[in-house]
Amino acid sequence: MAVAREAEPVSSLTEIKEAGLDREDLLGIYRHMLLTRGIEERGHILYKQGKIPGSFYTGRGNEAASVGIATAMGPEDVGTPLHRDMGVHIVRGVEPWRIFAQFMGRADGPTKGKDGNVHMADDRLGLIAMVSHLPAMLPVAVGCALAFRIREEKRVALTWFGEGASARGDTHEGMNFAGVRRLPVVFICDNNQWAYSTPTHLEYACEHLADRAKAYGFDGVVVDGTDVLAVYREAKAAIEKAREGGGPTLIECLTLRMEGHAVHDDASYVPKEMFEEWAKRDPLERYRTWLRENADFTDEEEDEIRGYVKKILNDAVQRADESPMPDLDTLLDGVYATPEDLETPHHK
Amino acid sequence: MAVKTYLQAISDGLRSEMQRDKRVFIIGEDVGVYGGAFKVTQGFQEEFGPWRVIDAPLSETAIVGGCTGAAIMGMRPVAEMQFADFISCAWDHLVTVAAKQRYRAGTPVPITVRLPSGGGFSGGPFHSQNPESSFAHIPGLKVVCPATPADAKGLLIEAIHDPNPVLYFEHKHLYRRIKDEVPDERYTVPFGEARTHREGDDISLITWGAMVYTADEAAQKLEGDGVSVEILDLRTLAPWDKEAVLRSVAKTSKALVLHEDTLTGGFGAEIAATIAEDAFENLDAPVRRIAAPDTPVPFSPPLEKAFIPQVEDVVAGLKELAEY
Repeated sequence: MAVAREAEPVSSLTEIKEAGLDREDLLGIYRHMLLTRGIEERGHILYKQGKIPGSFYTGRGNEAASVGIATAMGPEDVGTPLHRDMGVHIVRGVEPWRIFAQFMGRADGPTKGKDGNVHMADDRLGLIAMVSHLPAMLPVAVGCALAFRIREEKRVALTWFGEGASARGDTHEGMNFAGVRRLPVVFICDNNQWAYSTPTHLEYACEHLADRAKAYGFDGVVVDGTDVLAVYREAKAAIEKAREGGGPTLIECLTLRMEGHAVHDDASYVPKEMFEEWAKRDPLERYRTWLRENADFTDEEEDEIRGYVKKILNDAVQRADESPMPDLDTLLDGVYATPEDLETPHHK
Repeated sequence: MAVKTYLQAISDGLRSEMQRDKRVFIIGEDVGVYGGAFKVTQGFQEEFGPWRVIDAPLSETAIVGGCTGAAIMGMRPVAEMQFADFISCAWDHLVTVAAKQRYRAGTPVPITVRLPSGGGFSGGPFHSQNPESSFAHIPGLKVVCPATPADAKGLLIEAIHDPNPVLYFEHKHLYRRIKDEVPDERYTVPFGEARTHREGDDISLITWGAMVYTADEAAQKLEGDGVSVEILDLRTLAPWDKEAVLRSVAKTSKALVLHEDTLTGGFGAEIAATIAEDAFENLDAPVRRIAAPDTPVPFSPPLEKAFIPQVEDVVAGLKELAEY
């Protein structure tokens, strides 16, 4: 039996206004979602052109979840997004050309070629770069929240994990510690139903992962991860609750990973009907329809946004392609931090 | 200058840094109300409160991962592993996250992890290990192994303010056994500078941690035979003071490397290889290693004694080298 609350869809423009978004914000969300998908689609092309070394991962189907959560973050909040959460980087303001440079291993990527794909973050935007060991960032985010609590700052840490990562011990230790100390942290489970080829029933035996929150002493909520406004509303409530000392929340965003684990994987193990069913709930299409039905979204506005995104993508790919490969002299750089490295916003 | 135990020096160093720098906090199992399993943080919670002396759940992953996050947010966390052996549970957070964050993402992670290590009191396989070489192998981590009370304080303060993850191995067998003068004022001991524990001309004995005292006893025993042993206490393994080792070997022409950790792949292998590569022409004998055998640490006192290198083992090794 489910324990966690199941979130309702957002019904009207009035309701979402009360949750803090005006019409301009709503159009901004659409732009961010288009940009998120566009970056990953362009990445695919670059991969096929042989310009992206290694593998390539996307978050297709997760655009609403990632953009919705990030839209609810405050400017001083921090987060540890994963490889399905490109939308978080976009909302926080990373320059798209740097993402392409990152994909291609160029000197101007956020990691300067030291790491690949979405293993990146701009700490000036309040983001911390993920590692491949997926739930490892949960305890790190809990530690950020601990720092906020020690210093009595009204800031919140957000951290992402998949339903696959939910099976690992870091997830438990992070949530348990956060629950014990009522730390200002929001846990977001991107439940896209497939951990590489492993389906949910081989990862966990409860009905919803959000049900586990109760056992850690905080609230859990399941939200349709293809509904950007519902995700936003739930994230906003959880973040503000954490900010005011109400402790953590676990938000489970239910989606389907619409592509393989990575570009090499044809996802043949996912039933075809499943893809067909979830394709009808495409996050972008769904939000576009909502805007048309509830916010008088016009063809002109849509054309303008699409044109804007297309231009950004074209310019970004070109600029990234002009970025050089890393200088071999940088191979040994930065293994150890120097005192000057502490001259960052967080350490001042 | 007051005479203090090794343990008191660690405790005093930590307390003084917490008094002068609000970013410093301690987190670990039983460190607060109880004052720590070895009482290093006794009285700290009364002085600094429960949010700077944090009793954590039994969660090494959350402790070290949490320190990483707090450090990135500008704090200077000091984590206490109740025993160094338990660091295995936080391996990912040191090796996967903290060690690599600066190199790949430009983010420094200034954390200190205190690791009560070493055997000699029947702690058995899970309360006696010396896992320093595993971490000295990982680029991005720093590894510190003080032997004296003065170094224990100075290296701890240096560790707390180093912009990198630092593993601070404090040898449990030294806690109350070793007493020495410790300067009252604040000072730091830089990483990567060996300490000449004893000057000598005939054999260089390179070691660290509790083995410094085993080495010293052995060297005294050889004095009567007219063999003069120079003891270098490396103090830190990452970075380690290659130059000091090579300088000493150039003087003595013979080298013995001694550690309490097991032999194969122990840090002594790195030192021996470096001497062989860079000081071959200076050597009058093969480099010799004395270390624990390649077994888990046994529990029963006679077995444990046979496991940990003893004074007589070192004496035998030194004599062999002297006669070579």
